[in-house]
Amino acid sequence: MSELSKLTLADARDRLRAKDVTSAELTEACLTEISGAGALNAVVHTTAEIARAQAAAADARLAAGDAPAMCGIPIGIKDLFCTKGVASQAASAILDGFKPEYESTVTSQLWSAGAVMLGKLNMDEFAMGSSNEHSVYGAAINPWRRDGDETRLTPGGSSGGSASAVAADLCLAATGTDTGGSIRQPAAFTGITGLKPTYGRCSRWGIIAYASSLDQAGPMTKTVRDAAIMLGAMAGHDPKDSTSADLAVPDFEAALTGDIRGQKIGIPREYRVEGLNPEIDKLWADGAEMLRDAGAEIVDISLPHTKYALPAYYVIAPAEASSNLARYDGVRFGHRAKLAHGDGITEMYEKTRAEGFGSEVQRRIMVGTYVLSAGFYDAYYNRARKVRTLIKRDFETVFADGIDAILAPATPSAAFGLGEMSDSDPVQMYLNDVFTVTLNLAGLPGISVPTGIDSTGLPLGLQLIGQPWQEGALLNQALVLEQAAGFSGKPARWW
Amino acid sequence: MSIDTDTAARVAKLARIRVEDQDLPALANEFNGILGFIEQLAEVDVDGVEPMTSVTPMRLKRRDDVVTDGDQQPAVLANAPDAREGFFAVPKVVE
Repeated sequence: MSELSKLTLADARDRLRAKDVTSAELTEACLTEISGAGALNAVVHTTAEIARAQAAAADARLAAGDAPAMCGIPIGIKDLFCTKGVASQAASAILDGFKPEYESTVTSQLWSAGAVMLGKLNMDEFAMGSSNEHSVYGAAINPWRRDGDETRLTPGGSSGGSASAVAADLCLAATGTDTGGSIRQPAAFTGITGLKPTYGRCSRWGIIAYASSLDQAGPMTKTVRDAAIMLGAMAGHDPKDSTSADLAVPDFEAALTGDIRGQKIGIPREYRVEGLNPEIDKLWADGAEMLRDAGAEIVDISLPHTKYALPAYYVIAPAEASSNLARYDGVRFGHRAKLAHGDGITEMYEKTRAEGFGSEVQRRIMVGTYVLSAGFYDAYYNRARKVRTLIKRDFETVFADGIDAILAPATPSAAFGLGEMSDSDPVQMYLNDVFTVTLNLAGLPGISVPTGIDSTGLPLGLQLIGQPWQEGALLNQALVLEQAAGFSGKPARWW
Repeated sequence: MSIDTDTAARVAKLARIRVEDQDLPALANEFNGILGFIEQLAEVDVDGVEPMTSVTPMRLKRRDDVVTDGDQQPAVLANAPDAREGFFAVPKVVE
């Protein structure tokens, strides 16, 4: 196995600038890893020609001394991002054959910074799911296995392909998106770092929409420092996204001082849910101890409406999805059903959408349609939006009381086996998001950092939740956790 | 609130997703599971609470009402399942 694809983004940047390695060499190393990793089903469209051309251009920039931090770094892109001329189908059959005529703002900024696109990455269809099993490409597989057990495990979802690809060193880093935990949960399941920025930090333009008031793009990387570097290239105001914040992008890497003395870290008592896995409970207590040892003050806090975050999410997200996904009608792009003689336009819509959408997407569109329908709008949708106000107020109250960040588990368990949740009802799968979904509702930044290994040999992650627009401080707190935990596990290669 | 097969059929119709008759009872059952979960929201006291419209307290930007884009007919039609003579083609809409 080539060592080059194992490099962190920061190390690769430094070696590229030192002329110790070329982007072409890094890119070839990653392409070789990708071609040998079909069993992971993480990369669903490889873009080798584009990658080689971008690598050559990056090497020229590096030679000329014009090299931003991401210059020459080979990365993977979640299939949710529109990439010009390259299949972008949100892992859905309804976008079969769709090749956008435009480039998303986030990827466009990454290419301007010199990054290299290796390919598109697997995910749950339209980012709806927590296991990457709902994908037209088939499930992505976690490179990690339980000790002495060959059961195929989920890399989590919806950014499962991104998590699997980064953990297996197929790329140096990847983009993800997070609507209810879709960056942080897969990061925790695969032993990598995943950052969901403040809502509005990264432009949503050109990212296929799921729930627009919750969706946010972010980096999935091998280290906290890498997340800081990559976020700097992804973030920024975009006139094409009216919800993107018109704020300067700080130097996130410069915030990584490792000094958190005197900061107050809140431990929300409502997150200690009934039946909490004892291994997760211990991981959480150990994490708090690490932050205390680094000079932070650990404070017991209350976020009283936590319990209602998941039900509010499962009203708001499907409602927005039912509206956003109305555009898939078989007229302008993607799949159109074959029609019978005499079928009119309504039959075309109904057959196209029944054929093109998978079962989970159909379910959420219909739930969303129901909660928005006449007679139920106030009882469900408006009530959920009021509860969302209360959830955000919970966070505002603790931050106003002087809390700098909040420490919580990222997931209720380690990665589970493929198919293990498929027999249970949808609500059981939704409970995977119990620790992550609150901060999407409040628009806050959150980061998942690997800090331990469970008794079966699988990685576990902790989550830090920050104040709005304080990603720098959040990354610094995460760095302290990363250094203290000293997690250096890698999956043993079987693919 | 319990969803019967008639309601499930109505929701599928509103969502423009064809669901075969034999699949409606299972669909209604799933809806009931999810709505039962959502039902918890009824416990929360939301008197006097404003429904959230924007998660960040910023005013949406405005721009001048001018044409900034256009003349891209081939690009707009490039991904259409059926495009003819510069138009999207669809089955007959009006009898």
